[in-house]
Amino acid sequence: MSHVRELLSKHGKPPREVYFDHENSGWVPPEVVEAMLPFFNIRGYGHPAITNLPGWEAYEVVETTRELVMKVISARQGDDVVFTHSGTEANNLAIMGTALANKKRGTKIVISSIEHPSVIYPAQELEELGFRVVMVPVDGEGFIDPEILNAMVDKETILVSTQMVNHEIGTIQELRELVKAAKDANPEVIFHTDAIDALGRIPIDVSKLGVDLLSLSSHKIHGPKGVGALYVREGVKLKPIIHGALSTQKLWPGVENVPALAGFRKAIELAFENFEANVAHMRQLRDKLLNGILERVDDVLVNGPIGDRRAPDNVNVSFLYIEGESLTVELSLRGVYVSSGSACTSRILEPSHVLLAIGRKHEEAHGSIMFRISRYHKEEDIDYALSQIPEAVERLRALSPIAPKRKAQ
Amino acid sequence: MTIISSRIPLIYTPKVLELFRNPKNLGRLEDATVVAQAGSPACGDVISIYLKVNDKGVIEKATFESYGCAANIAAASILTEMVKGKTLKEAWEITWEDVTKELGGLPAIKYHCSILAVGALKRAIRKYYSEVKKSLPPWIPKDLSREEKQALEVEELIERMYRKLSAGE
Repeated sequence: MSHVRELLSKHGKPPREVYFDHENSGWVPPEVVEAMLPFFNIRGYGHPAITNLPGWEAYEVVETTRELVMKVISARQGDDVVFTHSGTEANNLAIMGTALANKKRGTKIVISSIEHPSVIYPAQELEELGFRVVMVPVDGEGFIDPEILNAMVDKETILVSTQMVNHEIGTIQELRELVKAAKDANPEVIFHTDAIDALGRIPIDVSKLGVDLLSLSSHKIHGPKGVGALYVREGVKLKPIIHGALSTQKLWPGVENVPALAGFRKAIELAFENFEANVAHMRQLRDKLLNGILERVDDVLVNGPIGDRRAPDNVNVSFLYIEGESLTVELSLRGVYVSSGSACTSRILEPSHVLLAIGRKHEEAHGSIMFRISRYHKEEDIDYALSQIPEAVERLRALSPIAPKRKAQ
Repeated sequence: MTIISSRIPLIYTPKVLELFRNPKNLGRLEDATVVAQAGSPACGDVISIYLKVNDKGVIEKATFESYGCAANIAAASILTEMVKGKTLKEAWEITWEDVTKELGGLPAIKYHCSILAVGALKRAIRKYYSEVKKSLPPWIPKDLSREEKQALEVEELIERMYRKLSAGE
């Protein structure tokens, strides 16, 4: 463990820092932290299902956060939002809870090949229980073809799950079309979407989209870690997948993380306060960063679509001839914080399944770097990143035996 | 179904970070006596080792190139430091555990970086005797050494996974 401290002291704090790793997690602004603080020890520190004042105060946080979530996704009266303790848990509840509650109707589950692991892994787990999981392929930009989805959904299919926005390459699916394609094939099918990377980036309207279940996560919008949410349309049947004393909610046991819910509530308010302006700002910085990289660095591949069909905050590129993990370390030393879909960052040394699904070769996936723009970024942050990235890439390419040698050494 | 990755904390030692930041013996060696490589671009790890060997069988210079993670770069760099001034026979005795130890340790999932570095070194030494000297000394076994075999295994493992994935598409 002392290793970590040694690493931190060796790394040191760079004089200038820009955080682009909001895909994995992020920092929480002071307003959000302040909104959380009273609920640790001043009020609402009780159990939200107990009849005493601190309990009722806690319940007020749960309820108002639920109402706010319902409002920003245009949920209807009678629909529900279940709070979990992470986005992963919300996705697990959606996949396993639906399958277990509906297995009499069928055993087939259709998901896309670029879903987040928190959708793919529970689906794989269901295969062990006798369900059949089919993966819809995506095209070179990560899009699902509604016709293919339509052909894959049949009478046996109980659940379809496709993301609204891909977490790695920012593909914005034509979700309404996909829901229509699936329900045309089987009107009984339950449609889940993981909208964790859509919240705060594109408008979400569950009624217009026609989805039955939709997952959200607090820490992807500058809220605290430790809160996920699952929207459940009225009448959709789910079974709890973890068991214990149910609190204020029917589907997820365990005491609600009330301070974090208060933080999530504030983070939503901030994200939606100037939604259009925030999105326009992110989109402008996204394009500045992407175009800036393409102008300054040779042999770069853009992963995912370009333009309006890409999430306004997502930049994902592969720098050829170098490996992404070493680039994340090199950029970290320069105060530019990113992540990579390289195998070297993973447990089984396998590169990002999303990049492989869109047809990237292993060596192309290894050099991939994800940047996520935040509404808090400024022009200068992008300028700083653009001043560091070319040098960082150049240094690692100079080390690489597979990089074409441009100059005699 | 698809194999998908999950992330793992990689706690590098200060030595690894130092060598990553300021690698020693970096780049091609134009007057190298022998060059060898281990790994493959598909697996995201390639190490090239360049040796300049004098008449007495002493390594006068050693350099490296690396395509890979921070641990890969550090392992290749420290190995070139370790072999400098050694005879080929002494260099042959270096194990991947020695390299790992010299780095102050590596996360277990990164052991293959030391394996590839030592694998490349042993391939270079074997190649020097078989191609330059045209005969192997008695201390080099006909069969591949442990690190040469392990380097081959790493390369083959990735090839297998690659084929499996390509077939699955």
